Amino acid sequence: MTSTAQPELPSQAQPELQAVFDAVIARNDRIEPRDWMPDGYRKTLVRQIAQHAHSEIIGMQPEGNWITRAPSLRRKAILLAKVQDEAGHGLYLYSATETLGVSRGELTQMLIDGRQKYSSIFNYPTLTYADVGTIGWLVDGAAICNQVPLCRTSYGPYGRAMIRICKEESFHQRQGFELLMTMMRGTDEQRAMVQESVDRFWWPALMMFGPPDADSPNTAQSMAWGIKRNTNDDLRQRFVDMSVPQAEVLGVTLPDPDLRWNEERGHHDFGQPDWDEFMRVVKGNGPCNTQRIAHRRRAHEDGAWVREAATAYAEAPLVEQRAPASVVETEETS
Amino acid sequence: MTEPEWPLYEVFVRGKRGLNHVHVGSLHAADDAMALQNARDVYTRRNEGVSIWVVRADDIAASSPDEKDPLFAPAGDKVYRHPTFYPIPDDVPHM
Repeated sequence: MTSTAQPELPSQAQPELQAVFDAVIARNDRIEPRDWMPDGYRKTLVRQIAQHAHSEIIGMQPEGNWITRAPSLRRKAILLAKVQDEAGHGLYLYSATETLGVSRGELTQMLIDGRQKYSSIFNYPTLTYADVGTIGWLVDGAAICNQVPLCRTSYGPYGRAMIRICKEESFHQRQGFELLMTMMRGTDEQRAMVQESVDRFWWPALMMFGPPDADSPNTAQSMAWGIKRNTNDDLRQRFVDMSVPQAEVLGVTLPDPDLRWNEERGHHDFGQPDWDEFMRVVKGNGPCNTQRIAHRRRAHEDGAWVREAATAYAEAPLVEQRAPASVVETEETS
Repeated sequence: MTEPEWPLYEVFVRGKRGLNHVHVGSLHAADDAMALQNARDVYTRRNEGVSIWVVRADDIAASSPDEKDPLFAPAGDKVYRHPTFYPIPDDVPHM
């Protein structure tokens, strides 16, 4: 009931509507789908939520890569559940994007045509099983830092999707940390595998918060609209401060010679990621960009006949005579 | 190429016996049976519910945000509908 977007009206012509919108934002209340909203607010949200949804969907690939080669049934069950969650997160976020008046089909098309982005982290390969743990610990850890404040974002459907996602992400981070702890208690070779994995993922994880504030021209507007609640650099600092003691417990070294506690600031100082590399990956030239999109395109196109068959089945006259669906145990309906 | 989309369903889940079904989100499905199946997979992976309703979004009649004021204003000035409207001495028991 929340999915019909209002036709767009230019805000200059609608000062009263703009005033209502501004008042809602000012009192830290939520905007809901059928409320009037400025064009820029809608566009920013579509871009951000779609990018977030695409990240969840593409994010299934690096880890899905290891499902058939999980070292035990326990690890396989965990990894399957985790990858299934990523799919679910993508679906919550696609639904939220659709409340802004974009269709699911358009979103999928924009992803596979490269017209919308996803997080650059998923363009790095997963070379060992330790990467499954490192992704849980660092990549999902960074995602949680980003996502917890978004539970209070000004757009209702986005905030509600984030609340569901954050509840589930905590399992993701813990299973990763536990996996790495298990390996660190293993052989020298396993410990080396963990360290090598952390060395590869640390800097890309820091890049997940986006460019430094000085190079992030949209941040101020997004914060004024209550879409973002913290700047990129604030969140990156929070993540570093959180990760250092965790790395100590694990017994791994974070690969940053400039990383040290700064008593005066009450935070860790740390080095800058290679922002040129970041731009290269964002622009499509990371190690796995082509492969990720090709895989997503193939899955979509290979699934076309299934979607067509389901539509044909739903439209067949026989459906009318079918008994009420009983896939899920339903109780009384009132 | 854009293929025709499956209809949108809104999903309502009863968290446990004794509670109302609450709106949890939406999804696309070709028909009601698939909508229920998908709702189970997308919205109840961790025992979030004991019962699911799915409703075609097109079948929901909703009030418009534009008429919010006229629609809800009549409730605004009837403060005598609230118990706090009635001053009662503090020492009256069980009130």
